[in-house]
Amino acid sequence: MASIAKTAQAGTLESSDVMITVAPGTQGSGIVIELESIVLAQYGEEIKIILEKTVKDQGITDIYIKAVDRGALDCTIYARTLAALSRAGAVLKEEII
Amino acid sequence: MDLRRSMLFIPGNNPGMLQNGGVFGADSVILDLEDAVAPMEKDAARFLVAQALRTVDYGASETVVRINPLDTFAAVDIKAIVPCCPDAILVPKVESAADIHQVAAMIAAAEKTDQTPVKIIALLETPCGIVEAYHIAKADPRVVALALGAEDYTAGLGAMRTKEGTEIFTARTIVINAAAAANVQSIDTPYTDANDEEGLLADTQLAKRLGFKGKLSINPRQIDVIHTVFNPSLNDIDWAQQVIHAIRKAEAEGSGVASLNGKMVDLPIVNRAERILHLAELLGLMGGEK
Repeated sequence: MASIAKTAQAGTLESSDVMITVAPGTQGSGIVIELESIVLAQYGEEIKIILEKTVKDQGITDIYIKAVDRGALDCTIYARTLAALSRAGAVLKEEII
Repeated sequence: MDLRRSMLFIPGNNPGMLQNGGVFGADSVILDLEDAVAPMEKDAARFLVAQALRTVDYGASETVVRINPLDTFAAVDIKAIVPCCPDAILVPKVESAADIHQVAAMIAAAEKTDQTPVKIIALLETPCGIVEAYHIAKADPRVVALALGAEDYTAGLGAMRTKEGTEIFTARTIVINAAAAANVQSIDTPYTDANDEEGLLADTQLAKRLGFKGKLSINPRQIDVIHTVFNPSLNDIDWAQQVIHAIRKAEAEGSGVASLNGKMVDLPIVNRAERILHLAELLGLMGGEK
């Protein structure tokens, strides 16, 4: 699947969490990331790398991602992104459902 | 012997609490996918708990995941969580040995070939579960403990839940007896008023007197009190050492009978003393270190 079926969201705006919104991208639009973070200056690039890798690993190439980060660890960013993708209709390659 | 004096619930959809779960010193942390998670967030919590198990360091705490009941999301939870290598699964609302057989089969199917077998702790929180306690404890070698969940249980009875706990006395003793008969641990229901430290102390002391080996906990602030109660006291350790000394001396003298301060020391006394010393050793309490 190059994109996802619909817009979906996962996560919260509580401390240590991240709210991820994903929306289908048009064919060829690529992975577009909009990031707000309380640690943007320090970890912004790292967070974008995690977001990009997570969707790429699921075979998704065209998608819009908005992430509002409240200091989430990598594992939380990963988990929330997978949850958002799953809710958006992506069939995940991970064993976890 | 696994130490389960305190088993602390951590909400499964709260990243801040999940990532800090290991710092409180609980013997077990229970990453909760059931009551602490809203129905619409079950999927997100499952992803989060799976990743927490893979990446968060819970230190010396045993990692336990409370899955959802068998008639809701248990199968999906087990499939997602078991490959992430938790130490144990806490199964809610267990009512029969058949429930345990079903869970054990699902765990076996989900386990990776090289992983340590995942244990089962059965949460008994219905009148049927209490009636079947012994059969549940004996249902599968994976079962290592029975835990009592008194809130749902009293709702099932139609009784008022009180701080004194008169209404759960029978359930408590049945769980303790069934667990002892099956050679597994018994874990008491949580004390749900996190601001009442005196009440927690009294409730935990009662639990220990009755024979429970540990207590569920809903707040990190409860852990110290629970540990203080379940730890052997210095007097206990001193008594146990004297018992062992007396029996060894009697054996050396060719006598099968020993006495301590005028009281006969027989096998049950020796067993109790050995349990105290074993626990004290596990906790580093021997020789007055603490």
